[in-house]
Amino acid sequence: MTDAIDFDSATATELSQQLAEGKCSSRELTEYYLKRIDTLNPAINAVITVCADEAIAVAEAADRRRASGDATPLTGIPLLHKDIFCTQGVRTSCASKMLDNFVPPYDATVVSKLNAAGTVTLGKTNMDEFAMGSSNETSFYGATRNPWDTECIPGGSSGGSAAAIAAGFAPLSTGTDTGGSIRQPASLCGITGLKPTYGRVSRRGIIAFASSLDQAGPMTRSVEDCALMLNAMAGVDAGDSTSADIEVPDFRAGLADDIKGLRIGLPKEYFSDDLSPDVAARIQAALAELEAEGAILVDIELPHTRQGIATYYVIAPAEASANLSRYDGVRFGHRCENPADLQNLYVRSRSEGFGEEVQRRILVGTYALSSGFYDAYFKKAQQVRRIIHQDFKNAFDKVDVIAGPAAPGTAYKLGAKAADPLAMYMEDVYTLSVNLAGLPGLSIPAGLINELPIGLQLIGRAFDESTLLRAGHRLQMRTDWHRAIPPLSTKTSPTLGGQA
Amino acid sequence: MRWETVMGLEVHLQLATQSKIFSGASTRFGAEPNVQACAIDLGMPGMLPVLNEQAVKFAVMFGLGVDAAIGKRSIFDRKNYFYPDSPKGYQISQFFEPIVGEGVFDIPMADGSLFPVRITRAHLEEDAGKSVHDAYAGQTGIDLNRAGTPLLEIVTEPDFRTAEQAVAYLKALHSLVTYLGISDGNMAEGSMRCDINISLRPEGSEEYGTRTEIKNVNSFRFVERAIAVEVERQMDLLEDGGKITQETRLYDADKNETRSMRSKEVANDYRYFPEPDLLPIVITDDYIEAIRATLPELPGAKRQRFIAQYALGEYDAALLVSTQEMARYFEAAVQQGAAAKLVANWILGDLSAAMNRDELSISDCPISAEQLAGLVARIADNTLSSKLAKQVFEGLWAGEGSADDIIEKRGLKQVSDSGALEALVADVIAANPDQVAQYRAADDAKRKKLSGFFVGQIMKASKGQANPQLLNQLLLAKLNDG
Repeated sequence: MTDAIDFDSATATELSQQLAEGKCSSRELTEYYLKRIDTLNPAINAVITVCADEAIAVAEAADRRRASGDATPLTGIPLLHKDIFCTQGVRTSCASKMLDNFVPPYDATVVSKLNAAGTVTLGKTNMDEFAMGSSNETSFYGATRNPWDTECIPGGSSGGSAAAIAAGFAPLSTGTDTGGSIRQPASLCGITGLKPTYGRVSRRGIIAFASSLDQAGPMTRSVEDCALMLNAMAGVDAGDSTSADIEVPDFRAGLADDIKGLRIGLPKEYFSDDLSPDVAARIQAALAELEAEGAILVDIELPHTRQGIATYYVIAPAEASANLSRYDGVRFGHRCENPADLQNLYVRSRSEGFGEEVQRRILVGTYALSSGFYDAYFKKAQQVRRIIHQDFKNAFDKVDVIAGPAAPGTAYKLGAKAADPLAMYMEDVYTLSVNLAGLPGLSIPAGLINELPIGLQLIGRAFDESTLLRAGHRLQMRTDWHRAIPPLSTKTSPTLGGQA
Repeated sequence: MRWETVMGLEVHLQLATQSKIFSGASTRFGAEPNVQACAIDLGMPGMLPVLNEQAVKFAVMFGLGVDAAIGKRSIFDRKNYFYPDSPKGYQISQFFEPIVGEGVFDIPMADGSLFPVRITRAHLEEDAGKSVHDAYAGQTGIDLNRAGTPLLEIVTEPDFRTAEQAVAYLKALHSLVTYLGISDGNMAEGSMRCDINISLRPEGSEEYGTRTEIKNVNSFRFVERAIAVEVERQMDLLEDGGKITQETRLYDADKNETRSMRSKEVANDYRYFPEPDLLPIVITDDYIEAIRATLPELPGAKRQRFIAQYALGEYDAALLVSTQEMARYFEAAVQQGAAAKLVANWILGDLSAAMNRDELSISDCPISAEQLAGLVARIADNTLSSKLAKQVFEGLWAGEGSADDIIEKRGLKQVSDSGALEALVADVIAANPDQVAQYRAADDAKRKKLSGFFVGQIMKASKGQANPQLLNQLLLAKLNDG
């Protein structure tokens, strides 16, 4: 048996083991990933800021910490942060021209917690501007490419993070999910991504898109890594009033326990004729594996799934329209040259600083909140949101987990939907209801269709990430879909750890 | 036509919390620009508000002080507008479900009556920063020290008909909030700012006229003047057949006029919606009762007690309880055994006048309650006439010691010895035979007038120390006897 390890596809759990056994150092890992980013990122554009010098220094500190016997499982593990997480002293742009010059004087709570655990930040990942998009095409820094096919989009908005994990730029990345922004790109890039329950992870220091929907989560190469990373990310935060003051379990504990008798609900709305037969086949194959593990499949209904789209596209833009008001050219961010007066300063700074999709959503949100339209749009959407929440509650009376696709299809060609916002919004049909209900959702690789990945989505009860992770881990124990590697030209893996 | 003025008031009260309503930055007044603004106050990306529980407590205290319904569940909302001193582009306020609901606040008026003002609501919100126009040539600076200072906006029904009522309400409000300790109420520093909604209607009409809103008036005197000039402006317009435009106006104290602010301000659509970054405030009965148990005796209750316990008039009692310090001073003096009514008169009369003159408040008044009680005791036991008492008061104010010390030192004791006085009377009568003859020839009405001459002469001779009652008695006996 060999314990040689391929850094490009190794999980953080495996790397942590290597570090613990002294088979490699954090510095070696860090240098390896930095080099790989340097070599391959130009073709992928998943990473928009690289913190090479800082990363090496942190890695060396991690190695010393490990030597002193004070390491956590994450100490010395390199990772990337989506560029929506504020990082002290490192540009945090949200992939917008508006924040191209913004260097926060603080770390997001999630960043602080991961730093405290000893992770090594390699850099910041590309994303849709202000997380508004499902394709990563709205980034001010150019689109991210899917490592499985560089003609294709990686999904979004955490598309840079998903592509980076798939391309082997790091074993771990943070992501955020407002309507599917972790799960959909995870599906399209063949990685594992978890959107935790709303409130499970602090939002402090994460640049807000839609405050009642935003949630940060791990993007990794395995369910086990999601558990590992969530352990470090989760917990109540005095700096975020909406973070939940609820016990945080050890998400790695009991991960391999069996799932005999676990009731998995299949919403008929997720398996309608709209779902392509290819995708349906992959999802059914994954479900069959879960059934083989002892899970029981149950037909259920989520009657207001379709209304979820309209509901989401009122609430999210409405909240965004206010959240993005602070970018006014006065205190930070882009300011237009030579403003004629105050009004001119606002109009030009914002028109120049925001891209088209961001402007569209600000306008939609402003409209939905306007006097005379509030009741018809925002208030109505709030009501439907409660109904959708109730749909899930009703379903969870019958089942423990809900399963379905994470996206309607595999990655599509760049530009294919760029001119059709509504088609783009449909990308989120299976994911955004979960945000409206504040529930946890996990996207797990479920194999390839024409050499492009597709993900299975598992949805859980509020604060029951453990059950999702257990089901996902059992699936990954018996399949190797999550081990699939995109056919990138440069395979640069060393054989550190050597032959046994 | 006779017009009736209809007014409702909105008061923005800065709450006296140590830190801001949604951040840990200090609320201290007067610091260098922007040194008391943290990342939350600056609206930095990703920063989230965290509610200061003290602000909630203060709002509940206010609610209890005006007998209002306390919202068991209240929420924050975003009020959206762009302005450089509003760092997030929205203000966190309460629109849909305020923390304090309807209440009634009884205002003591100068005629001794109580004027009940209906409180519509009071809600928590954050203050904005300030634009600094005079620091940079051709540019405007922004000072965000004030941004995020907790405000309680207190809104009344349109119950006011006169400026006197409005000012009485503001004074009573000032008194209440300082009793509660929830605000320093300092109008000059902007701790209490008043918006006046004002309209006119023909007397007898039930419908309200179109109103204007005068923003941010910051002294009792300016409130009175602003109302006067705005009523006059509206009346002139209406009598000339004109129409009032619903708008926001500013009171310019230098020119003593109100003028229209930009009309854009009026057309703002604030697009209120529930603030998703904050949880609803849930208030339990236990929480309310625990706060109620800590409330001090409030001005209304204290006023009633003073009337009952010290037999004071309604308005005197209202004035005495207007600040806790003055009420405490009064009771301290009375506790020395001084007559309550006399103490009240001295506090509200000479003492208040002297404090106003020297711009002092009761807490830095040079005369202690004990010293005032000592003065009042000497008046009550006839040692001092009211005229002498004023001289002693001046001595007290100048720090010359106790009333007795001053009487002794200045030799101000009233002469109430009838033997000594009789001699003085006899001397004066002997020295003025013509006037005596004139007096004796006059009728009763005339005599009364002429006796003043003798009183003056005798007082002069006694250096003002003659007991006036005794002097009168002896003089008349002598004059009428002759």
